[in-house]
Amino acid sequence: MQRDLDWKPLLLVPALAALALPLVGSSSTWLTLTVAGLAMGMIIFIIASGLTLVFGLMDVLNFGHGVFIALGAFVATSVLGGMADWTASEQVWRNLVAVFTAMLVAMAVAGAVGLAFERCIVRPVYGQHLKQILITMGGMIIGEELIKVIWGPQQIPLPMPQALRGALPLGDASIEKYRLLAVAVGLVVFAALAWTLSRTKIGLLVRAGVQDREMVESLGYRIRRLFVGVFAVGSALAGLGGVMWGLYQQNVVPQMGAQVNVLIFIVIIIGGLGSTGGALIGALLVGLMANYTGFLLPKLALFSNIALMVAILLWRPQGVYPVAQR
Amino acid sequence: MSNTLLALEGVHTHIGAYHILHGVDLQVPRGQLTLLLGRNGAGKTTTLRSTMGLWRASKGRVVFAGQDITGWSTPRIAGLGIAYVPENMGIFADLTVKENMLLAARSARHARQMDDTRLQWVFSLFPAVEKFWNHPAGKLSGGQKQMLAVARAVIEPRELLIIDEPSKGLAPAIINNMIDAFAQLKAAGVTILLVEQNLHFAKRLGDTVAVMDDGRVVHSGPMAAFAGDEELQQSLLGLAL
Repeated sequence: MQRDLDWKPLLLVPALAALALPLVGSSSTWLTLTVAGLAMGMIIFIIASGLTLVFGLMDVLNFGHGVFIALGAFVATSVLGGMADWTASEQVWRNLVAVFTAMLVAMAVAGAVGLAFERCIVRPVYGQHLKQILITMGGMIIGEELIKVIWGPQQIPLPMPQALRGALPLGDASIEKYRLLAVAVGLVVFAALAWTLSRTKIGLLVRAGVQDREMVESLGYRIRRLFVGVFAVGSALAGLGGVMWGLYQQNVVPQMGAQVNVLIFIVIIIGGLGSTGGALIGALLVGLMANYTGFLLPKLALFSNIALMVAILLWRPQGVYPVAQR
Repeated sequence: MSNTLLALEGVHTHIGAYHILHGVDLQVPRGQLTLLLGRNGAGKTTTLRSTMGLWRASKGRVVFAGQDITGWSTPRIAGLGIAYVPENMGIFADLTVKENMLLAARSARHARQMDDTRLQWVFSLFPAVEKFWNHPAGKLSGGQKQMLAVARAVIEPRELLIIDEPSKGLAPAIINNMIDAFAQLKAAGVTILLVEQNLHFAKRLGDTVAVMDDGRVVHSGPMAAFAGDEELQQSLLGLAL
């Protein structure tokens, strides 16, 4: 009766990669696509991890999560623009200091705006799904317009710092340096979340709240305060993801959050509501699928992820690791 | 100090369009085990949930230890030292037994900070909790889950235990263990408000009884007198204890 690991979903990521190898043909191209897919997946995971907890903990459908992605990315353009000497430097450490500064500032701004978003937009519509969808989408539109007011409506370049440009050769393949950084940051975020959720009392409360928030309240804990904290952390992580995504695309537009929103919801549904582990698997699958189909069948790139979600739901209707029962 | 720990005075509760409680008057004496009996749909669970603030009383007062707690939030009510075990037990299935207990031990941040003397006492009442300490709570049997639910409620000293149908779906042997555990809790001076449909359970444990019907308390008094009056039992419950 020990805690059993449900290992089957863990095999999905290597299975998808193995399935793609004969279709792609060239092993060096396959390796490049796989690393690109994992990097993209890690960035999507960073963005989706907070949202899945918000979804699971309070049953809140926040369709405005994308605005924090765009906000983080635009904050990064200002921070990195102000640290041009650092980003243009040939020294790796100066580049990394600039990137990590941009990440920290973006997280702080997105987290603070997340607090206000929860207080003014989400709190009045607790328990009312239709209103949540409408008002959070409205919040995202307002957020996008405010971004245009501050930074302008045009696309803004977000150039990669000097030392992060280029690729490292690996056999016949080439692996972009930035993608390795994205994978590393994603792993750090996952490890930090996993540690917090499994080793701290706050994490225990979050996990319990996702399963049965009424019982957590009956034990004497104010779950709304916990939710506000999770919402702010989720917003900050979306801001971090926005920096990563902006650097990945090397430019930012105010609508970028809405563009990524679809992928995030696919990830959360694949992973199972409230599950960070499920979100990681879902994000890696979505990242890999987008890159493989982008290479093999470019016109079917988005459809392929929806098809992936449908296939997973046919296998496990609640997602791969459901926590919240809704 | 009043002998009444918990009092509901004319409590009405609406759930959506439905008017469930129609003026419940209930008194729970300090240090005693009060049984709330009644047919299905009489309003027993709603009474417990209204007391805990899980459903708000639309009219009337809930008074605990002389303090009017009507309209208080559930965490604030729980903070007064009231533990609640719902009918579905409220076990966090994906957490281990240890993690379930740690959540209930509000003063402890880690399992090693839990009061060891208290923990050993709980283990003596509910050996299954110690046996399956590191196992997922979702994998316990129904009886073990019920023991965990009650153990969780008493891991820290509480003024009042509110428990909804602890014997539901349990085998007779496990019910007897549960009766022994409640008897020990009662002997330790814990005040208990218990909803129960198992009449054997009710007769063995109850000090006082309140019988509900159609959202009201229609009878209240000592359990011994109620247990000895078959005619009254038949008229209120449709069967004898």
